[in-house]
Amino acid sequence: MFSDLPILPALVAIPLIGALFLAFVSRLTQADGRDQMERNAPRTALLVSLIVLLLSVVLVIDFDASNPGFQFVDEAPWLGGGIDFRMGVDGISVLFILLTAFLTPLCILASEISIKERKTDYMIAFLLLESLMIGVFCALDLVLFYIFFEAVLIPMFLIIGVWGGANRIYASYKFFLYTLLGSVLMLAAILWLYAQSGVQFADATTDMRALKNLDIPGNVQTWLWLAFFASFAVKMPMWPVHTWLPDAHVQAPTAGSVILAGILLKLGGYGFLRFSLPYFPDASVQFAPLIFTLSVIAIIYTSLVAYRQTDMKKLIAYSSVAHMGFVTMGIFAFNMQGIQGGLFQMISHGLVSGALFFCVGVVYDRMHTRDIAFYGGLVKRMPIFAAFFLLFTMANVGLPGTSGFVGEILTMIGAYQVSPWVAAGAALGMILSAMYALHLYRETIFGEQVNEKLDVITDVTGREWLILGLLAFFTILLGVYPALVTDVTAASVEQLISEFQAATAVPVEAPELAPELAGVN
Amino acid sequence: MEAFSLMAPELLLAGQTIFVVLMSLLVKGDKQADVMRWIAIAMLITFALTGFVLGRPEGTSFNGLLIVDDFSHYAKLIIGLTAALALVFSRSYFKTEGLDRFEFSVLMIYAVLGMSIMVSANNLLALYLGLEMQALALYIMAAFNRDSLRASEAGLKYFVLGALSSGLLLYGMSLIYGFTGHLDFAGIAAVIEADGLNVGIIGGMVFMMCGLAFKISAAPFHMWTPDVYEGAPTPVTGFFASVPKFAAMALIARLLFGPLEGVFDQWQQIVVSLALVSMFVGAIGALSQRNIKRLMAYSSIANMGYALVPLAAGTVLGLKGMLIFMTIYVITSIGVFSAILQMRIRNGMVEQITDLSGLSQTNRGMALVLTVFFFSLAGIPFFLGFFGKWYAFGPALQADLWWLVVAALVASVIGAFYYLRVIKTMWFEEPSQEFVDAPRSLRWITTSSALILTLLILLPFVTIPAQGLLDSAAAALF
Repeated sequence: MFSDLPILPALVAIPLIGALFLAFVSRLTQADGRDQMERNAPRTALLVSLIVLLLSVVLVIDFDASNPGFQFVDEAPWLGGGIDFRMGVDGISVLFILLTAFLTPLCILASEISIKERKTDYMIAFLLLESLMIGVFCALDLVLFYIFFEAVLIPMFLIIGVWGGANRIYASYKFFLYTLLGSVLMLAAILWLYAQSGVQFADATTDMRALKNLDIPGNVQTWLWLAFFASFAVKMPMWPVHTWLPDAHVQAPTAGSVILAGILLKLGGYGFLRFSLPYFPDASVQFAPLIFTLSVIAIIYTSLVAYRQTDMKKLIAYSSVAHMGFVTMGIFAFNMQGIQGGLFQMISHGLVSGALFFCVGVVYDRMHTRDIAFYGGLVKRMPIFAAFFLLFTMANVGLPGTSGFVGEILTMIGAYQVSPWVAAGAALGMILSAMYALHLYRETIFGEQVNEKLDVITDVTGREWLILGLLAFFTILLGVYPALVTDVTAASVEQLISEFQAATAVPVEAPELAPELAGVN
Repeated sequence: MEAFSLMAPELLLAGQTIFVVLMSLLVKGDKQADVMRWIAIAMLITFALTGFVLGRPEGTSFNGLLIVDDFSHYAKLIIGLTAALALVFSRSYFKTEGLDRFEFSVLMIYAVLGMSIMVSANNLLALYLGLEMQALALYIMAAFNRDSLRASEAGLKYFVLGALSSGLLLYGMSLIYGFTGHLDFAGIAAVIEADGLNVGIIGGMVFMMCGLAFKISAAPFHMWTPDVYEGAPTPVTGFFASVPKFAAMALIARLLFGPLEGVFDQWQQIVVSLALVSMFVGAIGALSQRNIKRLMAYSSIANMGYALVPLAAGTVLGLKGMLIFMTIYVITSIGVFSAILQMRIRNGMVEQITDLSGLSQTNRGMALVLTVFFFSLAGIPFFLGFFGKWYAFGPALQADLWWLVVAALVASVIGAFYYLRVIKTMWFEEPSQEFVDAPRSLRWITTSSALILTLLILLPFVTIPAQGLLDSAAAALF
């Protein structure tokens, strides 16, 4: 009913307008009005993000899940030469928009208390970030996609660098340069695709839908795939290019970590689904063993690394790398369960790891340390917090009944069909995840309270109750009724797989034909 | 009469120089420099727009010495407007430094006249005359603060190395003249096409490229740049970083795609190596700089490297990419320097990067626009700098120079490191010192260039006609 309205551009524009509004108002505010400005900015930002949430709920309700193609498509002339403004969503991207719109108000709510200085600037950066993240998932034009994909670095760089911890400058540089290096290689590949579309089609174009039909020779596919891979693997992050993530997470403020884990890491998986598989099917098949190897290494190795961490945030950051390993493993299984599982795992991880970072934020705001050894026996002082933390820890481990289970089991079913060994390695990772997650829980929540400073710690406030409660609700809801997600994504994933199989059918059979032909000769 | 309408912009400037010198005898006192400056600014804007007002006439004049086409119209538009802006932002600086003399405006007009002849040269002699005319004016401008040791050193260094480069250029020209028997571009091209190449022509081309590489400060001919940028008065540095670079780039394009078109295979290698060396020298050299002007010097070396990448493609699209890249670079440079000129600390102008620490808290507006400029220079979307790179590197990729493009992108990541340092200083560090009340009159330049860099891409009704203009400008050389 709303599909003829420009709902996607509105989703991108509303947070942007909110950010500009805050910027102008704070510019005009006199010195004596500063306090008031600082007080009102979070509320304004919250209002803006709630409008975005409402709009994205409308988007999802109005979304036709049975249609595998792009919906809500908006097109307008832009730069000329085939580079035009194109936006649209399909089953793969629509839920990420909802996830972004859902997490942002929670982050703003949490930051209103935990951020002490320069609140207005913080809110501006956050709204800007929201606008850009939604833009990434809406974009149907390769240039537009790249703009959003890379511009996300700017607000995140500022969020880590201005409001981060003691070592924030190192972390923000590492985050920025690492991801930039990955992105520019993708840019080279995008330029190549653009140039090639001019040769093969009547007019050069960067329309993401049209570029699927490009005929790319095998050896070029390999290089282009690697260029895209460089970008997405860093974003994801995959082992061994994950080292920026623990630094960025530890130094970022709570809400920054939530967005980083909840949305930014998903850009990599989204990119694999949107570009690597449809554009370079042969190269994807060729590199699938590499991805499996890296994924299993990530799952096992980073789980072990996580176990040895003394910083709560670092532990969760490493566990994120392990969980993203499940996503890549599922995606490159090239079957329904694997890709559906990968998508589900991304959504679920967005909720669960976001919630875990909020939990760390709760204790950090009270005690200003994330050292695991500092805590212990919190269950006596903070029973409600302990219950929430338990739920999210279990969801992180993948306990049935929580959303974490569905994603992991689906990706493993998908991977098992391709290689039982890969699935076995991933299963080992699940056991290891129980090891580090329970270790974290035992050390902080249970045991004797040895630290006297913890005597004054108080249980969750109403605001924290709301945040954690909402996340807990959806974690359980998706755990018991995963069809909420899978029904929306199914049609698009099915189409993706059938196109993928059609594109790779010939090369896969070719090695089998070769010996027969040799025999005939 | 036709020659007159074709050459109207140049004649206007030439007449203006005489007029200003005569007028300086009549207008005396405090107002002298101001009056001359506003006249010069008005003349430069008229100069920039004349070609468009007259409907972009085309043809050659002065017996084929100069050519007027869409390429030269576009180049004059950018040169004239930017030079006018450079005059505007020099005002407050020269006033506070007590250097406000009307000769600066005259020198500026001479320089622009020289550049105008450069970009419309159709003959080796015209090329050389234009180049020397602007170079002589630039040497004096670098040393305009004659009582300052650093400025005199900068002027002298610039002069000595500039004279050396002119020598190389002249030697190359004489070789080409000797082996082809022609000075006019069309004649040279015709001889090369008819008789093929020989060592003399190639050698002449190499020497000419070396001489011109000095002018755009492409590595390995970049040594003078950091010292001159640092020593020259800041507004002069801002001018050096933008207009002469654009003019010299345009001249190189005219030379390479005109008379030397037949030597493409040979000059492509030179352009590629200049590009490769420049971008890495620029990117790595800037890493350890603490002075903003030196940083901008290395940044301009790196940017000249990027601008040479599309030229190496040798296509219309490549030329267009170069024009887009250079235009965006000019806008950014003007913005950065007019921002620097607005900030004073107790003991003089802002010169060190650390002087900017905590700027986001002391002067938010300025911090915002500088952030836009430096992110744009780093080529981060959605700022215009990204589109400069997009249009510059795309054609090179089409011409199968993919390794050059990858190298350029990697260099731009290294470059991002030092641009980020400026941003870090402004946003992540605590304010260390008070700024003295600075002139606010330049705010409109910084604000509007920052707005152009941010918003232009959102305006398809500007970008699409602008592309049409650039297309015809680039096509004029083919």
